[in-house]
Amino acid sequence: MGIPPYATFGQRVWYYGFRVICGLIFAFLITPILVVIPLSFNAEDFFTFTPEMLSFDPEGYSLKHYQDFFSNNEWQRSLKNSLIIAPIATFMSVCLGTLAAIGLSQSHVPFKGAIMAILISPMIVPLIISATGMFFFYSTLGNWMESTLGLDKTLVGYIKVILAHAVLGIPFVIITVTATLVGFDHSLTRAAANMGANPVTTFFRVQMPLILPGVISGALFAFITSFDEVVVVLFVGSAGQKTLPWQMFIGLREQISPTILAVATILVVVSVALLTVVELLRRRSERLRGMSPG
Amino acid sequence: MIDKTGSEGFVSFDHVQKSYDGENLVVKDLNLEIAKGEFLTMLGPSGSGKTTCLMMLAGFETATHGDIRLGGVSINNIPPHKRGIGMVFQNYALFPHMTVAENLSFPLEVRKIGKSEREAKVQRALDMVQMGEFGGRRPAQLSGGQQQRVALARALVFEAELVLMDEPLGALDKQLREHMQFEIKRIADNLGITVVYVTHDQTEALTMSDRVAVFDDGRIQQLAPPDQLYEEPMSSFVAQFIGENNALDGVVQSIDNGVALVKLATGDLIDANPINVSKVGEKTRVSIRPERVEFDMNRLAEGSHTLKAEVLEFVYMGDTFRTRLRVADNDEFIVKTRNAPDQVRLQPGAVVDIGWMPSDCRALDA
Repeated sequence: MGIPPYATFGQRVWYYGFRVICGLIFAFLITPILVVIPLSFNAEDFFTFTPEMLSFDPEGYSLKHYQDFFSNNEWQRSLKNSLIIAPIATFMSVCLGTLAAIGLSQSHVPFKGAIMAILISPMIVPLIISATGMFFFYSTLGNWMESTLGLDKTLVGYIKVILAHAVLGIPFVIITVTATLVGFDHSLTRAAANMGANPVTTFFRVQMPLILPGVISGALFAFITSFDEVVVVLFVGSAGQKTLPWQMFIGLREQISPTILAVATILVVVSVALLTVVELLRRRSERLRGMSPG
Repeated sequence: MIDKTGSEGFVSFDHVQKSYDGENLVVKDLNLEIAKGEFLTMLGPSGSGKTTCLMMLAGFETATHGDIRLGGVSINNIPPHKRGIGMVFQNYALFPHMTVAENLSFPLEVRKIGKSEREAKVQRALDMVQMGEFGGRRPAQLSGGQQQRVALARALVFEAELVLMDEPLGALDKQLREHMQFEIKRIADNLGITVVYVTHDQTEALTMSDRVAVFDDGRIQQLAPPDQLYEEPMSSFVAQFIGENNALDGVVQSIDNGVALVKLATGDLIDANPINVSKVGEKTRVSIRPERVEFDMNRLAEGSHTLKAEVLEFVYMGDTFRTRLRVADNDEFIVKTRNAPDQVRLQPGAVVDIGWMPSDCRALDA
């Protein structure tokens, strides 16, 4: 789309102005992420570019921060914690969020708007408020689990953080699944029932495959929410559940260690890989559904 | 699964009522017996309750009152997936993530039928609708007509004795629709299945059905074979809804020897066949089919009443001529004549005498 020959002066100014604004938005979004990547290869324990790095001297670069990340116990334990908490919380968010979205898409459910608002609220209420509420709620719940159920203190700690993160992830799953359900043709479930499939078979063979793109994107958001989350885990968790973001926060505030740059770079790479995989899956499923030419 | 009773009442609706809001009845006291092997069409304008009846039969809606029986057994409390009824949906409802063959295989898989038998049945069903080559395609890669055939094959593949069709040809163009009408009829006859077909297209209803149930306002207005429905409508609604119809309003002057003399608003007198009028002075609407109107006075009985008509428009339709006349203040009086070599082509502005056999002109409710 070029500028049409009849464009006025104002339209020409806007045509170029619009592109400049878009470029600036991209720059502000991406530069902080891109800057971290070369800095993570810094040979010194600095957060800024050294003169050696700027002159592309190989001496100025090293993998020592990556080494630190993979050998340091503190970092490894926090990575392990994140890898325990995030997948379980994601799984819970996906199951509950998908069921909630399907339930709320039925026409006969009363108070749909109110129920939806409550389920979405963790996304809208300021995190610090949710976290404060969760602190009191989960400490009571934790005490009860320890004293009445006699569960191990560490286990209870994990359960608390996982439940809290699952709650935070549910809204994302509900929103993405609801969005795919809008385009879902309910006569398909009727057709399946008519052909003799019971509701469970109908769900797994007909409905689930068609809303899968929404479920996967919801899962991705829920995973990143948990993997990325520092406020709630600080309030609800104890030192035993120190996650990767928590460790990075400490690394920045207390240890001033550039290892967090290496961690950030790894996380960027993992995120890009995840997003790419999801996008490829989404395209494949759309092609299968015949929504775009194969 | 289905108890094979006699040929009468394979499907029966017994005093069935349906209300969605608890106040207004969408279906009012429906009584209908459908014989085994019958092709029955539910015809009516939208909102007449015909689709609701089909959905109650399929099990997607529950009857508010009354009993629906299949093979003599009440199915009110049987969920849709245990009814064993085939159905073709309006939008086909093919599973987009499965190939054509997988779509057809689905009802057989949930019935736990073995792989080789499944494949044989799928192929047979696809061949039946001339889609044998398309098993590997996805629905999105097929044209509307092909999707329609697949939907039909899918409803037939598990050998249901009763197949429901909800306006299955609505999305197709005219030519394809006419072709599919004959094809569906042929397949249904060959398989001996019972079909309940819902449509708002009266041509479809007339060409395909053994019997047609005309729905309006939640009731069956008339239940009859197509020829009887067209030639002997029992109410103004049916006369108007089925085929083209000329209506003239008047008052009954006398009823004599099975012929009613009707005085029109203009004072003209016409002869009519009294159908649902019985008293002198009763208001009536007489109905006459466009192809039963005569210009040729020699072909009318001695002493028949005739009307003066002014020609307003002459339309050449190829096989027929369609002439619009002003008759007794009705500007929409249509006469259809066959395009025969000796047929007169009336010119606009001409004034002619028209008449008809009293038996073709039916005095119905006003």
